[in-house]
Amino acid sequence: MTTIQATGLHKSYGPSVALNSIDLNVGEGRILGLIGPNGAGKTTLLNAILGLTAYQGELSVLGRNPWTQRDQLMNDVAFVADVAVLPRWMRVSDAIDFVAGIHPRFDRTKAEAFLARTTIKRTSKVRELSKGMVAQLHLALVMSIDARLLVLDEPTLGLDILFRKQFYDSLLNDYFDHHRTIVITTHQIDEVQYILTDLLFIDRGNLVFGCSMEDFDTRYLELIVNPGQLPAARALKPIQERQTFGRSILLYDRVPREQLAPLGDIRTPTIADVFVAFVGQPNQPAPYSPPPVPTPSSYTGAAQ
Amino acid sequence: MTPQTDALPTSFTDTAHATPAARISEARRLFWSIRRELWENRAIYIAPLAVAAFILLGFFYSTVRMPAVMLITDTVNGVVTHTSHGIDPILPYTIAAGLLMATTFLVAIFYSLDALYGERRDRSILFWKSLPISDLTVVLSKAAIPLVILPLLTWAVTVATQSIMLLINVTVFHARGIDTGPLHSGLPLTQNSMMLLYHLVAVHALWYAPIWCWFLLVSAWARRTPLLWATLPPIVLGVLEMITLHSGHVFEFLKYRIHGPGDIDFTASHAGATMPMGATMSISPTQFLTTPGLWAGLALAAVFLAAAIQLRRYRNPL
Repeated sequence: MTTIQATGLHKSYGPSVALNSIDLNVGEGRILGLIGPNGAGKTTLLNAILGLTAYQGELSVLGRNPWTQRDQLMNDVAFVADVAVLPRWMRVSDAIDFVAGIHPRFDRTKAEAFLARTTIKRTSKVRELSKGMVAQLHLALVMSIDARLLVLDEPTLGLDILFRKQFYDSLLNDYFDHHRTIVITTHQIDEVQYILTDLLFIDRGNLVFGCSMEDFDTRYLELIVNPGQLPAARALKPIQERQTFGRSILLYDRVPREQLAPLGDIRTPTIADVFVAFVGQPNQPAPYSPPPVPTPSSYTGAAQ
Repeated sequence: MTPQTDALPTSFTDTAHATPAARISEARRLFWSIRRELWENRAIYIAPLAVAAFILLGFFYSTVRMPAVMLITDTVNGVVTHTSHGIDPILPYTIAAGLLMATTFLVAIFYSLDALYGERRDRSILFWKSLPISDLTVVLSKAAIPLVILPLLTWAVTVATQSIMLLINVTVFHARGIDTGPLHSGLPLTQNSMMLLYHLVAVHALWYAPIWCWFLLVSAWARRTPLLWATLPPIVLGVLEMITLHSGHVFEFLKYRIHGPGDIDFTASHAGATMPMGATMSISPTQFLTTPGLWAGLALAAVFLAAAIQLRRYRNPL
């Protein structure tokens, strides 16, 4: 079952194009990391998916048009836009009462159980909580909603590393199951690497790279080239080359490990390394089309 | 949906089987949204209650301390007649009603101007929009505060305040040996409270509906200072009209809307009364309901509300 399906999704603000006719297909049970620099179009894409902004092109979320059928859609979708959007005047108990009062899929006992693990007092107001506690509260509310799609836009911005780790652990252990789909954007790429099933890079309104994490782990290798073997290494067509401490580091896509081994030290790149290769280059080949994906600027996550 | 086993360790095992969600009616969502407004804007009830407490304290103090001669009045056939010294005993009650009405009127102005602006300013709109409540329900719940909640609350607080005042009045007069006769026969409090309710519904809710809805519209639209955006354009328009066309239709229109329909047919028998709503009281419900200005205003209010609902859909946090 497809959770998100976009065809030619386009959005421009006057002359500036925020989303450049992108195609996207995210299946049920996936955890998609949407990675891109500031202003790349991440939030615009999420806003379109959440029915917060009008768009051109085709977009279907859980079989519904998010712009025209938003009211029904929001029964099945939960999102955390960023930390600190919980109303500051609200009491913790009021927040639970309110969501329980209006949300058909909210499970109050779950929310209470999540909160019981924290030091958050039921009588506190949001403005009295630390930023980490607000994030915990928001997550407790969202994870108690039996949603089929959860969208997290920079959910851990400004939180310390302990909270961030706890946040993602909680998400994975207590919330995720194979009937839900989660879309996450974040700048702390490497922290989410282990929870993602799919990866998508967005830059200047284009989807420049997409693959599943299984593919990612087998396809990409980094070679720290031995001095003198640089020409041989370059002959294997690296997708990126950079210099660190006087040594060349070359990034390869689908080059067998055995071919690279004699030329230097091999290591597995992080998402950040590959991200820089696709997005960080001044003269990058955009839009990039990875070999198995049929159309440029498109990505089809493993649906089904 | 293909059934798949949940391979991940979860503390809650039932999440995979989505239970058919309980239906939540729009009425219930509206109820919770109005409740939410009262949580957020506690001034809605605290301000009139504080003013009521202030009135009661002042009234108690003045009843106890005022020279007895100022308090003595006579009645002829149940109607209070002014003596050379006495104050009409209804006067404090009327002042109390007027003060409470003025308080909730101010609360309504500031509430309406902030209702759809504040949630964008503090970005909490992103939280509200993550929940399954339509823009229609949210805007209606906010419109209900000045249109329904505040008029009824004003009435309830006023009636309660006046009842306590009467209790204080009778008790203190007894204690000071002043004749309570005029209090029993000369205070048309029940009648006044009915007139007050009529005034609140007719004027504060129905006649002023386009004003409240205009404020809501501006609060949904303005990027800053909704108070200025709500008030300056009509004034500037009026001044421009006076300068260029040498006429005053805009100001005439505004005056008519603010002053109320009492102007049209001022056949009051108690026009000289100190009741703050004297002007409207002179109009019978039938006359009021057949005033075209009422229906034009309500139509305008509906247009403003529809526009506010659309704006909330499109507007992003500031």
